Amino acid sequence: MWRRLIGGLAVLALVGAAAYASFYIAPEERTMGLVQRIFYLHAACGLTMFTGFFICFCSNIAYVFWRNPKSDALAVSAAEVGLVFSTVNLVTGPIWAHPAWGIWWTWDARLTSAFVLWLLYIAYLLLRTLVEEPERRALLSALFGIFAFLDVPLVYGSIRWWRTQHPQPVLMGGAGSGLEPTMLKVFFFSILAMHALMVLLLVDRYGLEKMRGEAEIVRRELEAA
Amino acid sequence: MSVLSNTTALLGKELRTEFRSRELLTTTIVFILIVLVLFSFTFDPTAGESRRFGPGLLWLAFLFAASLMLQPCFLRELNNDTLSALRLSVSDPFAIFLAKLTANTIFLLLTELLLLPIFAILYNIPIAAVFGQLVLVFFLGSLGVATAGTALSAISAQARMRELMLPLLLLPLLTPVLVASTEVTIGLLDRQPFVQWKGVGFLAVFDIVFLTALWIFGEYLLEE
Amino acid sequence: MISAAISPTSIRFDDIEKRYGGLYALRRVSLEIAAGECVVLAGRNGSGKTTLLRIAAQLVRPSAGKLTFPGAAGEARNGRSPNGSAATAYVAHATMVYDELTAEENLILFARLVGVAAPRQKVDALLAEVGLAARRDSLVRTFSRGMRQRMAIARALLREPSVLLLDEPATGLDVPATAWLAETLRRLRDAGCTMLMSLHGETEISSLATRGIRLDAGSVVADTQRGASFTSVLKFADAS
Repeated sequence: MWRRLIGGLAVLALVGAAAYASFYIAPEERTMGLVQRIFYLHAACGLTMFTGFFICFCSNIAYVFWRNPKSDALAVSAAEVGLVFSTVNLVTGPIWAHPAWGIWWTWDARLTSAFVLWLLYIAYLLLRTLVEEPERRALLSALFGIFAFLDVPLVYGSIRWWRTQHPQPVLMGGAGSGLEPTMLKVFFFSILAMHALMVLLLVDRYGLEKMRGEAEIVRRELEAA
Repeated sequence: MSVLSNTTALLGKELRTEFRSRELLTTTIVFILIVLVLFSFTFDPTAGESRRFGPGLLWLAFLFAASLMLQPCFLRELNNDTLSALRLSVSDPFAIFLAKLTANTIFLLLTELLLLPIFAILYNIPIAAVFGQLVLVFFLGSLGVATAGTALSAISAQARMRELMLPLLLLPLLTPVLVASTEVTIGLLDRQPFVQWKGVGFLAVFDIVFLTALWIFGEYLLEE
Repeated sequence: MISAAISPTSIRFDDIEKRYGGLYALRRVSLEIAAGECVVLAGRNGSGKTTLLRIAAQLVRPSAGKLTFPGAAGEARNGRSPNGSAATAYVAHATMVYDELTAEENLILFARLVGVAAPRQKVDALLAEVGLAARRDSLVRTFSRGMRQRMAIARALLREPSVLLLDEPATGLDVPATAWLAETLRRLRDAGCTMLMSLHGETEISSLATRGIRLDAGSVVADTQRGASFTSVLKFADAS
């Protein structure tokens, strides 16, 4: 109990520090001014989202071959947490774009691909709600999760190659490239903070899922009796 | 009893069943026709606009149609539990998938080739000169759609709300196919037609990735 | 059409378990069915008979435990069987044939899939044996329940099965059809086929059995091999 409290406080401190850094330590960007600072949150969430979905993918494979219910619990937790960061990523896009360029949505390659990813993992979660029996649900969603993740590079590739022909505001100036050294440091720190937050959420959600699994087993046994 | 002979035998069954009733083909063709006509109401089909938007709308219509056409793929095997009979009889479950996805590719290709001339007429786009290349891109695109669609059809057949589930799972997954196929088709229908080999290659990669994934994981899709 | 070329095969269940969420369809079932035995599985609805049969058919993967076919050309491991394994045939409630194809088309399809040497001749002979030769060109959709069951048996006999699994095969059959089924099963039994069947009622078919096993709530509760009497195992008079 204490461990969780301390862990939570540590993560909170990290996130707070990252927020502070992105507002006060990072230098102001020349053209976009204050609103550019949201980039640190936006990009860090984007990368954290990937980590979450990658953990989901690995858990999916583990489940298909070894059928441990814990793999399934980890998979759904990682998918949900990944989706949270994905949503923040998608929402901060327009928040940045509007003051910066006067438009709400830019069909920027990364943002568009992130949107498709978001849809894929929403479908993953939806599929889970529509299969009653726990082992079926775990297997079917694991298989879909595998196909979905295999699709990710193809989604990014196709959108980058063909949907960014017309001149567009590029949201990130290329991740890391052309970023001033201090900005780079704040950027990496933000990534660290977001990942710490992800781990915290993941651990919690995983614990909750395991409890839910056990409760469901008990409920089914009662119903059968 | 090899995978190839199993696949051929099953493919024969799939084709014979469909050509006997022609239910899937006719409903799919009519659906796409309706979509094409309705789309034409939403913008003024001048030559320039048609070339720009037409291919995308065409592919979108095919994707929607496919996500409906692929639903019965495994659902009909639940009737009389013929899926169990197949699983008991074939040497490799991949043969079941290979047969079905080949049949689905053929059905999709047939509807596309039938509707292509109608599309050309409705939207005033000449296609005769590039018909061969169009067949190539339609083949690669349809193969991708059929592969992913057959795999996901096995999943959605086991879920509730299966009619809605398949489009929900399939359409986001097929984004790369939509993008690449549209781009190659736009290139082919341009006033100076050209083949975007990058796109063709990309579609081939998509097909290979999903065929391989299906080969590895197919048996788990059929598990009970 | 039942040749003497049936290779004797036994079935072995080692601590087989099947869970669906929290429900146990089968709990630690361990059984050995010797080659050539004709076993009747009895039990109320939901006692696990269908699950056990489907596991033996390798259609369902057990949650735990091992299934093997000692004495067969290749041994079957947990849920997966290699090529050339025991020719196992399975007949269930569902007919497992295609309504949209004719009787002949169905059998030729399955004959090709399992690799029968001369499909046409085999199918002709089978159709004659099950009494459907006259309806070979009719769609299965038009068949009566009894005729469908004969189709199912014909499909099962495409390869001389060393193991035959039947799930309530006599359901919906009239008296002559049941008599025909009993006679066919008798010939298979006498040719050395190992048979495991679940039955719903006492008929000529249950009298073929050399052994009876009763399941209740997923466990074996009585076995004639261990001294129980056939009547107590079968207990068909019990409400299901």
